[in-house]
Amino acid sequence: MTVSQKPSLVRHRLPTRLWHWINALCLLVLVMSGLMIFNAHPRLYWGEYGANDDYAWAAVGSSKTEGYVRLGETRIDTTGFIGNWRDSEGRVQTWAFPGWATIPSYYSLADGRRWHFFFAWIFSLSLTFFIIASLINRHVQKDLHITRSEWRPTHIWGDIKSHFRLRFHEPDSIYIYNILQKFSYIGVIFILLPLMIFTGLAMSPAMDANWPWLTDMFGGRQSARSIHFIGMFSIVLFFIVHMILLLLSGPFKKTWAMIAGGKREVGPE
Amino acid sequence: MIEAKKASLIGRRTLLTSGAVGLAGLLSGCDALSRNQSFQNILRSAEDANFLVHRALGDRMKLASEYSIADLSPKFRPNGTRDPGTPDYRSSAAQGFSDWQLRLTGLFAKPQNFSLSALQSMPQRTQITRHDCVEGWSAIGQWTGVPLKILLDLAQLHRSARFLVFHCADRLGGRPYYESIDLLDAFHPQTILAHQLNGEALPIENGAPLRLRVERQLGYKHAKYVTGIEAVATLVNIGDGKGGYWEDVANYEWYAGV
Repeated sequence: MTVSQKPSLVRHRLPTRLWHWINALCLLVLVMSGLMIFNAHPRLYWGEYGANDDYAWAAVGSSKTEGYVRLGETRIDTTGFIGNWRDSEGRVQTWAFPGWATIPSYYSLADGRRWHFFFAWIFSLSLTFFIIASLINRHVQKDLHITRSEWRPTHIWGDIKSHFRLRFHEPDSIYIYNILQKFSYIGVIFILLPLMIFTGLAMSPAMDANWPWLTDMFGGRQSARSIHFIGMFSIVLFFIVHMILLLLSGPFKKTWAMIAGGKREVGPE
Repeated sequence: MIEAKKASLIGRRTLLTSGAVGLAGLLSGCDALSRNQSFQNILRSAEDANFLVHRALGDRMKLASEYSIADLSPKFRPNGTRDPGTPDYRSSAAQGFSDWQLRLTGLFAKPQNFSLSALQSMPQRTQITRHDCVEGWSAIGQWTGVPLKILLDLAQLHRSARFLVFHCADRLGGRPYYESIDLLDAFHPQTILAHQLNGEALPIENGAPLRLRVERQLGYKHAKYVTGIEAVATLVNIGDGKGGYWEDVANYEWYAGV
């Protein structure tokens, strides 16, 4: 392997840092405005069609006195949180997701869609630029590429055990991503985030006329909508784990490194 | 060691608190921004981008996906007005809409009226398509009706016409429902005035006796209970000027391809 560029001495290069924060903002707005859009019809189906008379595999139920989430045949009481909650003025509201989780916090499908589509454009363009930049500056090949020895089950199992002991990196090379870190970053950047773009496009009737294979690929428009929602949930889960691991591994130093670049403690060989 | 631990604990607490404060600030900030007209215009630019990209993607006359009888929704969900309920509408419905007139007005060389039976005796198109509501649900139905292009050719659409406005018999919250499309969608082969759903006369809850099908856009564009088609050069003089009932009332986007 030839190294074509001078090895970077910063922990996170500029394109990585820029994209990280733009993407974080986009995801926050997209999740919250997406929950507003979901509130207009809080039911999820599989297949091409699905409306109130069809079977929903997941649905939010609301009444004046209670709120619940139904997953398959399992009913979970969510009164006070989802389906029946109090707004900032203490009034009971029966939209699915509460105002503190949506953009805007008042009910407006049109405004939710405006926020969503605007940030969807920034999100998609910045992800594209980040991936291209990371191939050019070899961030993907050098930092995310999984080597043959890392694929060994014993190595992966060893890293899982290290995580439980809260040992995330070799002490002398803490800038090198561990295998679980690589799996999750690759999974998010190359699978989960593009999946959100494509399932989003698949829901548009005009896109469906232009690119019918896209909707077919996901098994229909309502399946694409369900996958879009599950994808959102996976992004939220990633964020929670990302935050826990950040807090456990030196939050200030790492956050500052993602802002200012940081230093590689040991120069690359 | 203990000192370090304490410091990092405080750090975590500060981080969590500032996160919560930040979220609250973001929320009220977003609401204020949502109500700010210039910010709304910035957000709206993405909708213009959607429209431009959709129209730039290959064949502008591309058909929406069509399905088979086996794919039909067991029940086609009605939405919006379920029954216009006015005396005129009631009496027309009682006669099987035999007195229904579709009036073509505005920028036509030969403005004229068509009765329901006249429309039914014209060449028909039957299509099984998926209806996508802006709210998120979908239903598949089979529609039969007269292609809009036939009517526009008969009435000889004027060159200065840019939009077609569909006037409807139903009112929502006291306002008449209306919608509008541009000429690209007007001449699209799947744009029809449907009088049948799933092989039966169109039910009242789905827009009897005539509803627009404009298959590459969301459900609110598909005007029901259509009484008139007005050809215009601009939409500013119709309703509140945004091109449709929901556009005027709730800020829905005029182009509903997303």
